[in-house]
Amino acid sequence: MMAMDRRQFLKITGWSALLGLGGKTAFQWLAPGEAEAALEQATKLAGKKWGMALDVTLLDEEIMSKCIQACHAYYNVPNIGNSKEEIKWLWKETYDHSFPGQENEYLADKFKRRNFLLLCNHCTNPPCCRACPTKATWKREDGIVMMDMHRCIGCRFCMAACPYGARSFNWGDPRLAPKALNPNFPTNSEIPTRSKGVVEKCQFCAERLAKGQMPACVEAANKIKPNAMVFGDLEVPDSDIRKVLRTRYSIRRKPELGTGPNVFYMI
Amino acid sequence: MLDKALKGSPIYWGWLIVLLGFIGTGFLVYLYQFQEGLKITGMSRDVSWGFYIGQFTYLVGVAASGVMVVLPYYLHDYKAFGRVTILGEFLAVGAITMCLLFIMVDLGNLPRLLNVILYPNPTSILFWDMIVLNGYLFLNIIIGWNVLSSERKGIHYPSWVTPLIYLSIPWAFSIHTVTAFLYAGLPGRHYWLTAIMAARFLSSAFCSGPAILILFCLIVRKFTRFDPGKEQIRTLSSIVAYAMILNVFFFLLEMFTAFYSQIPGHMHPIVYLFSGLEGHGKLVPWMWTAACFAILALLLLIVPATRRNEKTLILACISVFISTWIDKGFGLVIGGFIPNPFERVFEYWPTLPEVIISLGVWAMGFFVLTVLYKIAVSVKEEVAV
Repeated sequence: MMAMDRRQFLKITGWSALLGLGGKTAFQWLAPGEAEAALEQATKLAGKKWGMALDVTLLDEEIMSKCIQACHAYYNVPNIGNSKEEIKWLWKETYDHSFPGQENEYLADKFKRRNFLLLCNHCTNPPCCRACPTKATWKREDGIVMMDMHRCIGCRFCMAACPYGARSFNWGDPRLAPKALNPNFPTNSEIPTRSKGVVEKCQFCAERLAKGQMPACVEAANKIKPNAMVFGDLEVPDSDIRKVLRTRYSIRRKPELGTGPNVFYMI
Repeated sequence: MLDKALKGSPIYWGWLIVLLGFIGTGFLVYLYQFQEGLKITGMSRDVSWGFYIGQFTYLVGVAASGVMVVLPYYLHDYKAFGRVTILGEFLAVGAITMCLLFIMVDLGNLPRLLNVILYPNPTSILFWDMIVLNGYLFLNIIIGWNVLSSERKGIHYPSWVTPLIYLSIPWAFSIHTVTAFLYAGLPGRHYWLTAIMAARFLSSAFCSGPAILILFCLIVRKFTRFDPGKEQIRTLSSIVAYAMILNVFFFLLEMFTAFYSQIPGHMHPIVYLFSGLEGHGKLVPWMWTAACFAILALLLLIVPATRRNEKTLILACISVFISTWIDKGFGLVIGGFIPNPFERVFEYWPTLPEVIISLGVWAMGFFVLTVLYKIAVSVKEEVAV
């Protein structure tokens, strides 16, 4: 197989784009499967069904803020500065609003006063992927619910379909977010910034997994409190995540909807 | 037949110019939206569909209601409707034009529109909605045009049109059923997650569409030498009456399920719409307006004397329009998003640019409709002479 590095790949796709041929043709230029193989070579962390378990007792306000910071910095998620157009991949929410329907007025104070870290649940049966008219959001074989921001037409059907409020829409141009709030934007030159009019959300750090790294939030949390967040393959019986889920009681958001959320909250 | 659209009275031309003014203004404001993004609308992270999708939903109903004149005429051989079927079909064409435009102005990235065809996803209801809406548009254009031009020549329409006419009947039901499925299949949106949604959509469509058609028939009679006919209007008014009764009945069924079961998720959107939730109640006066007009419409339509009197019938039709427009073009979409998936209340209100763009789309629909009606009515006048 001809070896192909990132530079060559970009060259070929770049030229074909200039010639007005589009991305699909670029792939046809290469031998079938070559581009995929080139990407696969780099993959270090592979899984069949990625999942995340959050230890609620360890995740305090400070750690959660650090996680959000790490996530939004890695993915160039700007602070728009108004809640109406807010873009969030990872955020905090109280118990009542994280688990509506399970609220209880006599709930233990430690839960009542605590915030929970919310993100896309990378559902086993994701309603957003069902709803998308262009397959701009789809479920990968490793379980990640992925977004193609270059295909998304901005119809926002996925946002109506998601019962977790995990999707954000770029109501304006995110590159024009207030400089005062985003002095170093874009914070990560490896990740493309988005254009206005497309939907985005947490993608379980697929780009980091491909390089053999843990998701940014997991890394940030565990740096402060080891095992505060456990990320791993739910299909592998002796993976770390399966081990903790076997021993700890965990809850999920709105499991009754049949979406099969893969983010677990150990309480 | 297009030549018929090029000869008209000063009123006709004046009206078209007024519409062009609205279209032009709407288009300019759309360019501004295209530049700035949808942030110029009232929509938000929490209420991610608004006025545009509401108008779209309402107008799909108006389009589908064309079948209320097509079905009796072609399936039941109810001859009287021969005079008005073309008006119903062209009303559908105008309404679908607006539907497609409302979807387009709502997209975050319009230039990528064709991705729906290039990368179709058959599990997406929006993909199927695109198929049925475009199909219905073409069916109505082909059928309407051929039947009308044959009428002009004094011959029977070509036989190949007949299967298309039969096809257009279930097709009309399908467009509004599929549109209801956009909403009724989403987990976690309590106000929409109801099996009766498609039935509600069809009933409200079959009262609002024919109500609009009655008003248009009366306008046509006033401004042209073509009279759509007394019997036709009388039959249409009965259709409006039955459909409106069903529409209100279905809505009350929703009420019963929500408030007898007392399941908070089922009650919250309705409470928000009719009495406000957690101190937020922007839609409350609107929903009560809709309710009052629904009651007025029912009274005027059920009492035979007021239904048969054209003056009170006009009032009834306007009431049906206002009531169903608020309920479906506004409350239905907004109510589905409030409270949001976190059970928090964030309200929505359309902005001025959003309203101007919407007016532009309505004007575009009326422009198409006016031209088509002008052609239809000119042919009818010509044949009558």
